[in-house]
Amino acid sequence: MPSLKDLKNRIASVKATQKITKAMKMVAAAKLRRAQEAAEAARPYSQRMAAVLANIAQAVGADDSVPQLMTGTGRDNTHLLIVCTAERGLCGGFNSQIARFARDHVRKLLAQGKTVKIICVGKKGFDILRREFASLIIDRVDLREVKKIGFENADRVGHKVIELFEKGEFDVCTLFYSEFKSVISQIPTAQQLIPASAGAVAAEADSASAIYEYEPDAAAILTDLIPRNISVQIFRALLENVAGEMGAKMSAMDNATRNAGDMINKLTLNYNRQRQAQITKELIEIISGAEAL
Amino acid sequence: MADSFNFELVSPERLLLSAQVTEVVIPATEGEMTVMANHAPTMTTIKPGVVTVKTADGKSERFAVFGGFADILPTGCTLLAESAVHVDELDRTVLENRIDEARAELEGAIDEKKTRIEQFIAELTRLGEIVIPA
Repeated sequence: MPSLKDLKNRIASVKATQKITKAMKMVAAAKLRRAQEAAEAARPYSQRMAAVLANIAQAVGADDSVPQLMTGTGRDNTHLLIVCTAERGLCGGFNSQIARFARDHVRKLLAQGKTVKIICVGKKGFDILRREFASLIIDRVDLREVKKIGFENADRVGHKVIELFEKGEFDVCTLFYSEFKSVISQIPTAQQLIPASAGAVAAEADSASAIYEYEPDAAAILTDLIPRNISVQIFRALLENVAGEMGAKMSAMDNATRNAGDMINKLTLNYNRQRQAQITKELIEIISGAEAL
Repeated sequence: MADSFNFELVSPERLLLSAQVTEVVIPATEGEMTVMANHAPTMTTIKPGVVTVKTADGKSERFAVFGGFADILPTGCTLLAESAVHVDELDRTVLENRIDEARAELEGAIDEKKTRIEQFIAELTRLGEIVIPA
């Protein structure tokens, strides 16, 4: 049975923790709003990009001039996985969710006898995946110093990927990130970047309205467009991730604050009960002492 | 009064402008072009340069863009810029940083890529001369 003083100390320390988690929750809420705004602001660009890409892809058709980034190398022996996670923890199952999803995928590919290479964006995913696949991780991107994710950050990753592709380092590239559904639900998602998945392009191609003039020509535009599209997709993934991270952190910290509150209640009850017991004990001692006289 | 059409300038980070305009000058890769209402559907890449927009109420605005492409339809025009800023907000240091970055990239580049980067630097320098009076 802890002494009264012990209980008092416990209560004080839990209260201090609760203050911290409460503050973190509020910070996450403010950041979440900003992250959501950023994600929303970036949406028109990627939507237009997809529409334009679909249009051109249709115009070019199955021409030989289509760059390999679009059609792929025709093999699927080597897979490159880009795993995007957060830089910081304390956000519930957010990071481990993405990492687990990626890990299952890696295992599946390895079981099929494919070669797998991994690029980690964000520290947490790297920490988790390193345990099992240290030899497969070829690169990691650190965004810890970055306060607000700009297009340059995504562009740099995109360039790296394209460079690797041109060197023939991989055949298929898949992007792993967490899709932001709502504050309490983020869904780990895999998206194929290279070759640009035909399904996504075809779905957008319903607006086959106008016959365009191309300047310089369709194939040249496509060559210019596809690398950019990869960067845009990565950028979108990073923004969704930030929003998801903040959402997860908010609900995790909300839970922590509530748990701390419950704990304080329980400890206070315990403390009062013991205090009362002690008073009663002292009273009995005084009374029995008086009676003995 | 010329007809107006809907013009949108989007960068990956945000929607910079969405307005009814009468005319837009775009620095396309194969020369500048002016887009007005009912333009034939065209798709073109753009080079670093200045986009001049004349809005329907007669005002004129200028944006500096760093590459991208434009999607032109008779009913509207969308300009997807890799990066775009209002000319008033353009900073000389930002531009210089970009040029330096491109120069650094030039080091290891060969053949076609080298020419492309050199061209890019030249365009950036020219943009700097237009936008920021020395």
